[in-house]
Amino acid sequence: MSKLPKPAELAKVSYQLPKTGWMDTPVEFKPGMFCHGSKPKSLELVGFPNPREWRPADADWKLPENWKEIIIEGIADRLKKYRSFRLFMDICVRCGACADKCHFFIGTGDPRNMPVLRAELIRSVYRKEFTTAGKILGKMAGGRELTLDVLKEWWYYFYQCTECRRCSVFCPYGIDQAEITIIGRELLNLLGLNIEWIAGPVSNCYMKGNHLGLEPHTIVGNLEYMLDDIETVTGKRIKPTFNRKGAEILFVTPSGDLFADPGTYTAMGYLMLFEELGLDYTWSTYASEGGNFGFFTSNEMGKRLNSKIYAEAKRLGVKWILGGECGHMWRVLSQYMDTWNGPADFLEVPKSPITGTVFENAKSMKMVHVAEFTADLIKNNKLKLDPSRNDHLKVTWHDSCNVARGMGMLEEPRYVLKSVVNNFVEMPEDTIREKTFCCGSGTGLNASENMELRMKGGFPRANAVKYVHEHHGVNMLGNVCAIDRASLKALMEYWVPGVGVCGLHELVANAMIMTGEKERTTDLRGEPLPSVAAKEEKA
Amino acid sequence: MTAIISFIAVLLLVAIGYVGGSAGPSVRFLFGVVIPYAAFIFFVGGLIARIMKWASSPVPFNIVTTTGQQKTLPWIKHSKIESPYSAFGVVIRMALEILAFRSLFRNLKTQLHEGGRVAYGEAKWLWMAGLAFHYSFAIILFRHLRFFIEKVPVAVQMTDMLDSFLQIGAPLLYATDVVLLGAVTYLFIRRVAIPQVRYISLAADYFPLFLIFGIGATGVLMRYFTKTDIISVKMLAMGLISFKPVVPDTIGAMFFVHLFLLSVLFAYFPLSKLVHMGGVFLSPTRNLPNNSRAVRHVNPWNYPVHVHTYEEYENDFRDKMKEAGLPVEKE
Repeated sequence: MSKLPKPAELAKVSYQLPKTGWMDTPVEFKPGMFCHGSKPKSLELVGFPNPREWRPADADWKLPENWKEIIIEGIADRLKKYRSFRLFMDICVRCGACADKCHFFIGTGDPRNMPVLRAELIRSVYRKEFTTAGKILGKMAGGRELTLDVLKEWWYYFYQCTECRRCSVFCPYGIDQAEITIIGRELLNLLGLNIEWIAGPVSNCYMKGNHLGLEPHTIVGNLEYMLDDIETVTGKRIKPTFNRKGAEILFVTPSGDLFADPGTYTAMGYLMLFEELGLDYTWSTYASEGGNFGFFTSNEMGKRLNSKIYAEAKRLGVKWILGGECGHMWRVLSQYMDTWNGPADFLEVPKSPITGTVFENAKSMKMVHVAEFTADLIKNNKLKLDPSRNDHLKVTWHDSCNVARGMGMLEEPRYVLKSVVNNFVEMPEDTIREKTFCCGSGTGLNASENMELRMKGGFPRANAVKYVHEHHGVNMLGNVCAIDRASLKALMEYWVPGVGVCGLHELVANAMIMTGEKERTTDLRGEPLPSVAAKEEKA
Repeated sequence: MTAIISFIAVLLLVAIGYVGGSAGPSVRFLFGVVIPYAAFIFFVGGLIARIMKWASSPVPFNIVTTTGQQKTLPWIKHSKIESPYSAFGVVIRMALEILAFRSLFRNLKTQLHEGGRVAYGEAKWLWMAGLAFHYSFAIILFRHLRFFIEKVPVAVQMTDMLDSFLQIGAPLLYATDVVLLGAVTYLFIRRVAIPQVRYISLAADYFPLFLIFGIGATGVLMRYFTKTDIISVKMLAMGLISFKPVVPDTIGAMFFVHLFLLSVLFAYFPLSKLVHMGGVFLSPTRNLPNNSRAVRHVNPWNYPVHVHTYEEYENDFRDKMKEAGLPVEKE
């Protein structure tokens, strides 16, 4: 693995452009900037084409003879299927408004990371193959031949985009680079050109129900550990149920929350909240993944993985589904699930059994975000909260890209947050809400071999956190995304040491006074509560 | 380099127009009548064909980009335009996008300062120049209706009057002439002056700028400097729209340059990035409501896929499930 440069070095981004035009500048595969290639086993398990051992840095990618034909046909097919793709190939005027909006461009200075140019990588081939002007005029009309080098360039740069959609907010025609990356990756997958960090979780999820490949007994086991910790903190033993038929609600969350901290603290938060409410709900080991790395592979793979959620809800006979904190999971649920695998007419319109609130906004897809659910509880005074238990924290809020720009959930988590902490500070306004910056590790790029890419991509986000850390003493970065919880931790350690990362429901559970709990002395992480710490200091 | 090629191309077109306009009656007929007709047909036909082609591809998913708060719990303020839930909200959002360039208005300038601090500043110039360019172009086109309608409508007269409110010179100076040429010049300068924008620019980005500048400049020349016989030009225009074309001898060559460049622009339009004029209406990240959780969006090519069923899953893990105390369907 390549050595990660020091932050001071990485912060010196050069925006100097190459002397040669981008079509004439060869792509250099820099170590630390890309992920390992997909392993044959991961592709075979889900029936993907061209499974073989290959390494992205190798000259020979072991492609099928007719690879070019496959790609061109793939483009033609997708032009027919997606108006977005056809339109976005034609209408860009290259005004450059998107250029400095991309976190990867800001962090790398690489011109091919300007969204407009990333799109041109594929647009140039489209012009050459599908437009009259491009066929006749070639390069003069911005067209170019699809060669192996072009294909490699696609691979390198479509795996340097996290489909965060920030560029699409600023585009005067709403051109969405995420859409182009989605299709670009789909094309690459026709040749077996995935990264293992995506392909592995996809095959895991397909066979075992979740990205991490946690088998049913492991899921139960992992939750048991959390229950032990909850008992230590609160004195209460919780007994959640799994795969239980007849429960009112099925709960689905990203498997990352069951695996490593700080995600596990968020999962503990869910367990405690549902226990306190006496919610009639069940976990599932079959639909044990809310996230969807299939979505980063192809539309079809996304659908295949997503199918388990409705299928399990139907099998268990629940009334509706509650979803945990995750970013791209909610883009997929909001904008794809009902279309792919609906209509979910066997479910009922979600209704909170605690407050009676009917979630009309989810009346067709029948799934509610836990932040919406909790905001409603707090508004109706159903929780006893002591926000001072979080007084050792000064929290700022990271809007996850997909939730902000692919769903529009901005206020619910803020409302919950303000109810459970006393110290909340917003980051600068151009870095939050619809203009939020990606963690730099979304869309399956949260591997370790591409750490330099991740730190560069997360640079603008970290920069904004650093600002509130230095000016307001912020020491905790809250969010509603499992990939954030996993990746921002590394990002903070690198750029802004002294700032922790947590999910929303960790803070909720810290503040929530449970019926019959013992006097708490620590938070969920085992850190002494502020009141206790103050007493100890006096003593 | 691409800019120079585009510039030369436009110069060449100017020369062709001039030569055509200075030639004999049959060539002048070609440039005054045949080419404009052909260009117009190409423009309309090409634009319709392009839009039909876009429309022939479905929108399989609701991929609206939300730039505001979703509609959710009743006490949370819903952003009705930035995250529209209803068709009405979408109409307002689209109107703002098309008439006021809403998204471009958000533009920011990202700067990396010494010590690695990233800062974001206002950047409204592109938005302003874009608006100035499009609106002045539209007004100028509208003003030209006075050539095509025998009795000039009041609206056109009013536009004319307002446009020349500065009351400078004789004939009166149109504000839009100045604005159009100024805006096009700005758009060109920023394209070459900002390194990143220059880096992404194609010949197809410079060409229309030069072409439109040429059209504007020849118009200005004719009105304020070389003086053109307006009556003859109107005769030609009226002839064109009444399908009884005539090319009066009194029209100077400069007019033919103007008309030829305009014909080229019309013919070029459907083949180029200029189709964003029609495309923006169809953009699925903007013209869909954010209601995909409440109203199912249907994908016409949705097809069944291979899934790993619960049954298969239980078969794989039945023993482990039983051992962990999990319920199973089959013992």
